[in-house]
Amino acid sequence: MRAALRKPPSKAGDRVFLGLSTASAWVILLILAGVLVFLLVKAAPAIAANWADSSQLQDRTAGNTAGWNSFWPYVGPLLFGTVWSSLIALVMGTPVAIGIALFISHYSPRPLAGVLGYLVDLLAAVPSIVFGLWGVFVMRDFLKPFSTFLNSYLGWIPLFGGDLSVGGATILAGAVVLAVMILPIITAISREIFLQTPSLNEEAALALGATKWEMIRMAVLPYARSGIVSATLLGLGRALGETMAIAIIVSPKLIYSFQLLTDNNPGTIAANIALQFSGSNELQRDALIGTGLMLFLVSFAVNFAARWIISQTAPGGRRRRRKARTA
Amino acid sequence: MSKRIEATDLNVYYGDFLAVEGVNIEIEPRTVTAFIGPSGCGKSTFLRTLNRMHEVIPGARVTGEVLLDGDNLYAPGVDPVLVRRQVGMVFQRPNPFPTMSIRDNVLAGVKLNGGRMSKSDQDDLVERSLRGANLWNEVKDRLDRPGSSLSGGQQQRLCIARAVAVQPDVILMDEPCSALDPISTLAIEDLIEELKKEYTIVIVTHNMQQATRVSDKTAFFNIAGTGKPGHLIEYDDTSVIFSNPKVKATEDYVSGRFG
Ligand SMILES: Nc1ncnc2c1ncn2[C@@H]1O[C@H](COP(=O)(O)OP(=O)(O)OP(=O)(O)O)[C@@H](O)[C@H]1O
Ligand SMILES: [Mg+2]
Repeated sequence: MRAALRKPPSKAGDRVFLGLSTASAWVILLILAGVLVFLLVKAAPAIAANWADSSQLQDRTAGNTAGWNSFWPYVGPLLFGTVWSSLIALVMGTPVAIGIALFISHYSPRPLAGVLGYLVDLLAAVPSIVFGLWGVFVMRDFLKPFSTFLNSYLGWIPLFGGDLSVGGATILAGAVVLAVMILPIITAISREIFLQTPSLNEEAALALGATKWEMIRMAVLPYARSGIVSATLLGLGRALGETMAIAIIVSPKLIYSFQLLTDNNPGTIAANIALQFSGSNELQRDALIGTGLMLFLVSFAVNFAARWIISQTAPGGRRRRRKARTA
Repeated sequence: MSKRIEATDLNVYYGDFLAVEGVNIEIEPRTVTAFIGPSGCGKSTFLRTLNRMHEVIPGARVTGEVLLDGDNLYAPGVDPVLVRRQVGMVFQRPNPFPTMSIRDNVLAGVKLNGGRMSKSDQDDLVERSLRGANLWNEVKDRLDRPGSSLSGGQQQRLCIARAVAVQPDVILMDEPCSALDPISTLAIEDLIEELKKEYTIVIVTHNMQQATRVSDKTAFFNIAGTGKPGHLIEYDDTSVIFSNPKVKATEDYVSGRFG
């Protein structure tokens, strides 16, 4: 009996494939661990250093670490800027992305849906430096009338207050470009999930006399809810690490500011590294790597949260859990 | 209110494929009509033309007329959404909305199209509909549990309650018992007997005993071969169809010599 249950001797092909795939999995883990170790080792001197007494860190002719008395107040505004610009981008990008995904999955005629889906995927292939240049030469000017309007009529809301930027190098412009950059991933994932809605549920709604939009609210969105959340988190993950949009559209500073329309904008970690790296001395570079470590941790946490939500509440997963509970 | 259905010269297409051809049938109010016939002969397809659910499938279309108390459902300007409020449907597989509670499932239809109701009216409607579907006693203590927490047979009765709650004139059922055990099946058959007092009911079934048990009239559909359109072969009182049908094919089918 036991012998019959034992594994049959595996074939050579199986063994080779198993070996290859196991090795690949380990390589990925090793790379990840390697990156983390690199960041920790390189960043440690700067994080541990006594900033106030360090001649390298207080060197006003290089980098932008002078004037800070430790690593944390230096990285703080950058972390803030990273999260803040990404959130603005999400707030603007997610509804549009979901709208496009719904249009593709449920409203547009078949041929148009194919073309649109393809175009959105193409958007993902545009290099980010091109988006950055587009932001500098097109978006900045395009947004100026809106910014002027918002600043003069809604300036009493802190978000739109402050001294209006003349050149248009606002965090709003940067975030709009970021929003366009994260559009494809959110659209692609949501579209897939919308298309998977069981037609059983859709027909249930239609047969009750639901209009198309009511059907979407009753059947499609509840089914896709967790998918939308994780698509959004993956978009957030992308926005957090995006460099060029902020680096070349905005002239970032090490400040905390919620104002969207001024020239005084917080920078992001990735943009700050790109802008400062070449002009920095050794310990300053270590400090930049330290900020990179922080970005790594935040992105990792966001991506991890996204995967976790998918695994917990994906349509299949949900059913499995419910069964387990009632059993 | 119960209404009379009349189809004339109805052709039903999936794109270029003619699935059902030339159906003429008159269904009286407050009766149960069974559609029987071999698989693929177009029973479901024809049934779905009676509430304009057919056209939900891309490329699907219909020619001819379906009259509901004399009004053509396919006249220009008729809104399919309003048709479906008058002609409810129960599907082969129970399909309650999985994320909604039992109560919200029952109310799903009446909350559509901007419908508003006081809490007590809602409570009344939920109880009335669930009683109407013989489900009230089983679920009255757990109305806030998700609809998917019920057994298959209970889910199907919940779907019937949901269809009844919008007070349609007609209820269409496409093999409503085929995914259910015999006890649940009997529960639904009893329910159909009840519902007949208020609604026109059309039911597709593969179960001959079921057709004889629940229906007043029976329509036999058949198909000449794969790729050919289905036709309505014979339509008569259920007792006639099952005891002395006029058409040979009907007799072969109901006596199990075929299909
Ligand atoms: N969505 C569809 N697209 C194209 N053809 C379809 C579609 N649904 C059904 N058909 C075709 O229409 C014909 C009638 O199918 P239908 O489902 O109405 O048969 P049925 O009598 O209900 O069969 P069953 O008893 O197996 O449910 C079949 O030839 C089928 O292949
Ligand atoms: Mg069928």
